[in-house]
Amino acid sequence: MNTNRKNVVMALRFQSIEKAFFGVRVLKGISFELKLGKTLGLVGENGAGKSTLMNILGGNLQPDAGTIRLWDEPFDPHSPKDAEKMGIAFVHQELNLFGNLSIAENLFISRFPTSGGLIKRKSIITRTQEVLKQVGLDLSPHLQVDRLSAGERQLVEIAKALNRNAKLIILDEPTTSLTDREGEHLFDILGRLREQGITLIYISHALEEVLRLSDEVVVLRDGEVVSTGPVEDYNQARMISIMVGRSIDQLFPKRNHKPEEAVVLQAKRLCRKGVLKDAGFALRRKEVLGISGLMGSGRTELARIVFGLDPVDSGEMILNGVSIIKRSSAERIEAGMAFLTEDRRAEGLFMEASIEDNMTLVCASRWARGPLAWLDQKKLIVGVREYREAVKLTAGARNEQAVKTLSGGNQQKVVFAKWLLNKPEIIILDEPTRGIDVGAKYEVYSLINQLTEQGAAVLVISSELEELIGICDRILTMRQGEITAEFDQVDFDREKILRAALH
Amino acid sequence: MSSRLTKLRRKVLNEHLPLVLCVVYFVVLSPFAEGFATSYNLVNVFSAMLPLMVLATGQTLVMVAAGIDLSATAVVALASVVGAMIMSGDVGWMSGSALAVPISVVAMLMIGAGIGAVNGSMVAWFRMPPFIVTLTSLMFFSGLAIWSTQSKSIGMLPDAFLLLGGNDWVAFVIVVLTAGLAHLILTRSLYGRWIFAVGYSPKAALVSGVSIHKVLFWTYVATGVVAAIGAILITGRMESGSPVHWQRNLLDVVGATVIGGTSLYGGKGKILWTVYGVLFLTLIDNSLNLLNLSHFTIMMVKGVVILIAAMLDVIRNRGHT
Repeated sequence: MNTNRKNVVMALRFQSIEKAFFGVRVLKGISFELKLGKTLGLVGENGAGKSTLMNILGGNLQPDAGTIRLWDEPFDPHSPKDAEKMGIAFVHQELNLFGNLSIAENLFISRFPTSGGLIKRKSIITRTQEVLKQVGLDLSPHLQVDRLSAGERQLVEIAKALNRNAKLIILDEPTTSLTDREGEHLFDILGRLREQGITLIYISHALEEVLRLSDEVVVLRDGEVVSTGPVEDYNQARMISIMVGRSIDQLFPKRNHKPEEAVVLQAKRLCRKGVLKDAGFALRRKEVLGISGLMGSGRTELARIVFGLDPVDSGEMILNGVSIIKRSSAERIEAGMAFLTEDRRAEGLFMEASIEDNMTLVCASRWARGPLAWLDQKKLIVGVREYREAVKLTAGARNEQAVKTLSGGNQQKVVFAKWLLNKPEIIILDEPTRGIDVGAKYEVYSLINQLTEQGAAVLVISSELEELIGICDRILTMRQGEITAEFDQVDFDREKILRAALH
Repeated sequence: MSSRLTKLRRKVLNEHLPLVLCVVYFVVLSPFAEGFATSYNLVNVFSAMLPLMVLATGQTLVMVAAGIDLSATAVVALASVVGAMIMSGDVGWMSGSALAVPISVVAMLMIGAGIGAVNGSMVAWFRMPPFIVTLTSLMFFSGLAIWSTQSKSIGMLPDAFLLLGGNDWVAFVIVVLTAGLAHLILTRSLYGRWIFAVGYSPKAALVSGVSIHKVLFWTYVATGVVAAIGAILITGRMESGSPVHWQRNLLDVVGATVIGGTSLYGGKGKILWTVYGVLFLTLIDNSLNLLNLSHFTIMMVKGVVILIAAMLDVIRNRGHT
């Protein structure tokens, strides 16, 4: 690495980078530069070209045209190894750690220091302790990664980068799975890295984070740099309007209806050892009820129990006057429940299967006739057509296309369509806007409004408090498996809610 | 227009590649293997495909559900032996009775269902890996078949039964009905959706309200029943009940399915593809026999072909999980 040479000023410079896939131009002459030791906030909607650009920098893809200069020298990586050698490290949205190995083993997985063919255990442990201290983690190097929280894993990823002497670290949506507190800790660590002269590229949909952390901002739209400058020139509203190419005066659509008095779903004193303690709530018709809490507070567990996926020790659940506590999730679906899980890829969709097959999975049982359960193909086709329009799925996607080829926002719309086809009365949403861009978020919120207007009740879990404040009629806070407080819309106050969730 | 052509070409190369390879193989080998392209030989190929097609149909069902059934040939052995024990004209329990044939057929199908139910319960409710479950049931039930007959075959089967497997046209109708029904279930019925769903991702299927345990259980039962239909064809054709029928052909059953393109990872497969796989494997078998290669050489060639097909599957499924 040449970063020690004194005259290096520019960490990175992209010059007219072009890239096309199957004739579609994804990057249209990207040029910008980043000074040594600065932090760049890279923003843009899904599909704007951020990932492609970073894949080129990481050596996963080669540009069709254009050049890169790294540490003031030409840089033409042909594999991730090339990039790693030059001091580039990625910290991905989906973490690349081995859960079955210890922290120390994860740090050294690509090259264990050996002596005479044997791994030098002692030096690995001391080195691991050093880098863990650097990222503020007070953990044993022997601890298995499976047992760490999402926030701790993120820090281990960064420790891994530091261990390789990375000088340019690219963080792709690092806070999506973190709680506010874990996020704060991450920002502290990133601040320390900057003081050490490490250059950072920060990619996130959470714009307030970008504003807070970056020195420079680059906004991508449709494969072009549409705006660049020092962070002082930006605020959230301006960034959004540049990103989407139109102005969104509001992040959240207006609602024109109020919840009704009638309770559709009541959960009473739900208990499960070590997970939930006397958790209960009442969900009204046409209501959007939010649950705020840290990861591990029991919010997702509550949703899974309400939906019948996980067992419960005691408690009662009443749906439209009927007890459903003993029913399976299949029966609860039939009774009108729907559940968008937080993990869209593993639990919400079959990534390899088509849009059509994904959309019709839940409702198919309604359209099966006869002893062999033949499906009414006509109804399927009509249903798919109707609901892909209802959720505003991009017109470019064919019904037989695999969902893995869609953007995050469109994937989420397919999950919505899958459940809406079954005409649910109660919809549980766990992190419905995770990893999707601003425009798609707005559409998801509008969809929630539409559903409640038509009479549905929505229970929504989110790590983004702004989002809950923006769309809910009522917010419950959870901590350590208990519901700690309840806020009506008139009492919504960011600080009070946070305090209830934390203490 | 040109885009439609490329689409067609891609489809042929992806989906129908094994069929294309069959044609290419046939054309290339015809000049070398004497008697390969004669109508007499083609009837042989057709006839040899029939029982394999039935067994591979069952295998396709279970593979789509991300499983595997290594006990298929044990079903063949045990069903064949028990069927013969019931209806054989010389040692049969119901020897000479008019009901002997229908009762044997029902008994054979029940054995398939029973072994399938054992496999299915282990996989579904005990969450055991299908590989070890069906491998052990292969050992156990093949052993049982050999033990119960002292390794002898049982002949003197009623003519009515011999017709089922011995007459190619009757066998053909049975194959078409079995494979056709399996095809319709996979593509047009709710159960098919559920089998694919469980194969793609049991986790996601569960959230969507699919009873994954029941689906797995019944898929293994169906596979067992289909293997028993295969046993009927094979027993009829061999004119005897024997515990060693098809003992050596287990890999053909799995191999034909994989060659067709049904994924070992589950969630992807078609009965039509399996038809191609069966055709391809049978052509190889037949042609290499005509070239006077030994049984062992043929095994080696088939091993390599199946390995390549499995490699293709791995390449197509890169990044699956």
